[in-house]
Amino acid sequence: MPRSTPEIPNASMADIAFLLLTFFLVTTTIANDRGLSIQLPPPPEAQQDVEVKIQEHNMFKIQINSSDALLVEGNPMSDLSGLKEEIKKFILNKGADPLSSDSPEKAIVSYKTDRGTSHKKFIEVLDLIQAAYYDVYAEQAGVTNARFREAASDLNNPTNRQIYDKGRQGIPMQVSIAEPTKVGN
Amino acid sequence: MSKFKKKAQVKQDIPTSSMPDVVFMLLFFFMVTTELRETAIDVQQRIPEASQLRKLLRKSLVTNLYIGEPRKTEQFGKEPKIQADDVFIEPKDIILWVNRQKDLLAENERDQLTVSLKVDNEAKRGIIADVETELRKANARKILYTTLEKKKEEK
Repeated sequence: MPRSTPEIPNASMADIAFLLLTFFLVTTTIANDRGLSIQLPPPPEAQQDVEVKIQEHNMFKIQINSSDALLVEGNPMSDLSGLKEEIKKFILNKGADPLSSDSPEKAIVSYKTDRGTSHKKFIEVLDLIQAAYYDVYAEQAGVTNARFREAASDLNNPTNRQIYDKGRQGIPMQVSIAEPTKVGN
Repeated sequence: MSKFKKKAQVKQDIPTSSMPDVVFMLLFFFMVTTELRETAIDVQQRIPEASQLRKLLRKSLVTNLYIGEPRKTEQFGKEPKIQADDVFIEPKDIILWVNRQKDLLAENERDQLTVSLKVDNEAKRGIIADVETELRKANARKILYTTLEKKKEEK
């Protein structure tokens, strides 16, 4: 007598497959572009030659040469871990130390590289400068650094706008990225 | 009567057991053939890492420039090159290229064009600065250095 072979019902397998397919379709997002955002200055010819006097102590100078070595405020620096705190201290000095910035509005971070500087090093230091500013903003707005950057990415949302405005109040991000020098190429 | 009875005995179900195989096959076919990127990148792209990332929400306003050493060094040399869409361009072509990108956007959104610079780790600042100067002349001043997220948060 032929026995009926035990079978697992597999008619619903297609449904499971479809369910999986739809799940992945819905949850998959194509990665947004992410990175360090900056605004370039207006075109060179549009700028009039106006003599702007900036006091030496209101500038925080960071220079990188063609072999990726750093010079911060005239002193060589090989360990970058303290740079962020130094920039933060500079921005928030508010005249306490006469050799540092007078006020956050006047503070300028001057960032100069060489044509031979690698992009990796450039990004590493730019990241630290922006980190210092975002930390200051986030603290003033009373949110975390990550939350502040999220808010800054989407300003159409009124809550985000509020956080952004509160954080940036009185502290413009003044990072001057100078034309690179021409030692290495 | 016997005629009807005969018909009723024939199994009328469509076999559905192979349906998942068909669905999976379709799924795999589309997974394999789907290309998310519309241009092939011919320059090296070892993207640097950073922690202070900002997201660009409107993809339609973003346009990409790739900078790095060409992959086919025997053909194009070792010097970093700029790739826009599918071709290598020189810094002097950038103004024209930006204007063409702006033409694709609605008139009121043209000033919001963001250029995403996807630059290789080893590319030098010189070429990037040249690109930036041209972008300033072309009045496309919002730029983004594309970076990856740094794994550990240093404090």
